[in-house]
Amino acid sequence: MAAPAGSPPAGGSPAGGPPAEAITAVPVRHPGRWIAAAIVVALAFVVIRSMATNPRFEWSVVGDFLFSSRIIDGLIVTLYLTAIAMVIGILLGILLAVMRLSPNPMVSGASGFYIWLFRGTPVLVQLLFWNFISAVYPTIDFGLVSFEANSLITPLVAAILGLGLNEGAYMAEIVRAGILSVDEGQGEAASALGMTRLQTMRRIVLPQAMRVIVPPTGNETISMLKTSSLASVIALTELLYAGQLIYSANYKQIPLLITVSIWYLVATTVLSIGQYYLERRFGRGAKREQKQTPLQRLRRILIPTHVRPEDVQTGGGG
Amino acid sequence: MSAARQMVLAESVHKSYGRLEVLRGVDLAVGTGQVVCLVGPSGSGKSTFLRCINHLEKIQAGRLWVDGELVGYRQQGDRLYELRESEVARKRAEIGMVFQHFNLFGHMTALQNVVEAPTHVKGIRREKAVARAKEVLERVGLGDKLSSYPSQLSGGQQQRVAIARALAMDPKLMLFDEPTSALDPELVGDVLQVMRDLALSGMTMVVVTHEMGFAREVADKVVFMDGGVIVESGSPADVLAAPKHERTRAFLSKVL
Repeated sequence: MAAPAGSPPAGGSPAGGPPAEAITAVPVRHPGRWIAAAIVVALAFVVIRSMATNPRFEWSVVGDFLFSSRIIDGLIVTLYLTAIAMVIGILLGILLAVMRLSPNPMVSGASGFYIWLFRGTPVLVQLLFWNFISAVYPTIDFGLVSFEANSLITPLVAAILGLGLNEGAYMAEIVRAGILSVDEGQGEAASALGMTRLQTMRRIVLPQAMRVIVPPTGNETISMLKTSSLASVIALTELLYAGQLIYSANYKQIPLLITVSIWYLVATTVLSIGQYYLERRFGRGAKREQKQTPLQRLRRILIPTHVRPEDVQTGGGG
Repeated sequence: MSAARQMVLAESVHKSYGRLEVLRGVDLAVGTGQVVCLVGPSGSGKSTFLRCINHLEKIQAGRLWVDGELVGYRQQGDRLYELRESEVARKRAEIGMVFQHFNLFGHMTALQNVVEAPTHVKGIRREKAVARAKEVLERVGLGDKLSSYPSQLSGGQQQRVAIARALAMDPKLMLFDEPTSALDPELVGDVLQVMRDLALSGMTMVVVTHEMGFAREVADKVVFMDGGVIVESGSPADVLAAPKHERTRAFLSKVL
């Protein structure tokens, strides 16, 4: 077919012409970016210099205590407490969410009441409440065996109960949103195949709700890591209280709070990275194109690969 | 009541959502081995009626039997007792259903989709269920897609997996709810071919469809519904070629 008159002067046949000319254009300048960068660098310089040169920060004390056994022991208690409280929270959350969606009004109402109660009171109050539970129930009776509440409800148990039961209420709402996000047709297809409501929930709905449940659960875990510091008020030697015990003896409050903060930052950073990759994994298939990970982006910046004209695929049939 | 010889028997079935009456007295008999096509404009109640047959919808008046047993209830004397969830589920397991939007389980491969109900509902041993699943997937022409996820399959392939999933339960009755309405035109043929083969094998089928060609060729009986009632029914030749009612004629003139 001949090219119509007035076509671009490229010449050649319309199907599979010669290689197209690569675009070499002067890029748009961004003076605003340079100004912003200058301001940020100047501010960072001022802050860092002040922190480094002000002797009252006592960085040497931070260095002394960063890896001290008392701080590390506190960190371990924090991580342990976070993990147990989240496990309790997730299991309780699934149970409460399924109950909340039950057709039985008593079951659904009980779940609603629980969520109302535990979301409606501060977790700090709940922690104190569990800590003082022996005032209400001096002995805890399981029928065959009974315990002195004071020996059973140690600060650790009170913290696990307080944080875990409170988390259950929040996780219930997250799981419920996940369940509701699954297409109704999935449940219908399962019913039509003769599956019961519980089978459908366990085998069909919950696995597909995970994509919606996982990202906020990661968030909750990071949040829990920091909220666990509230257990310091019931004298549980987690990370913050370990630092407090040290500075109550040596009066080096600021360096020890910095020490503690560094460990919180390390732990939340590790969790954030984990969350990022977990979300990527569960988001597969939902988006057309996966965004690059920071590592991949860094590699691209460090090792630039420009598209050369000869790499540009020539269109049309060969 | 001569319910015994009919696979599906409906007597004056009524269904309403609040004040909206969707079914206003449907009478229908589907004999064992018959293929019945329900046609009609959208909102005529044909899909709702189909969903009543396996008790996905409750009916408010009338009686509905499948294979001689009341749907959703048990009759003792002149009293009706609602069936428990497990009993309803057991009866549904004997009726296959295919949906307009396939509703394949998105987190499972084609094979897992087909194996799920036989193992978890019927309690069939896994190896046996897998062998049977491969057989039915082969039958619908997807023997090479066993490990594909629904998102990796075309609409026509997904619908054929959905048919295989229903067939793996060895149903005595198959319900199709507009099985080709969500498909691109060039994919409709494969699905209809599978349904045609199924009809030839003697399966009792109730099909809600807009495919008049399929109805004319395969159906033993065509039922035209409008406004929640059956306007006319009969052989495809009678209903599709020589409709008696004005409403049927008006509808057919639009779709043919």
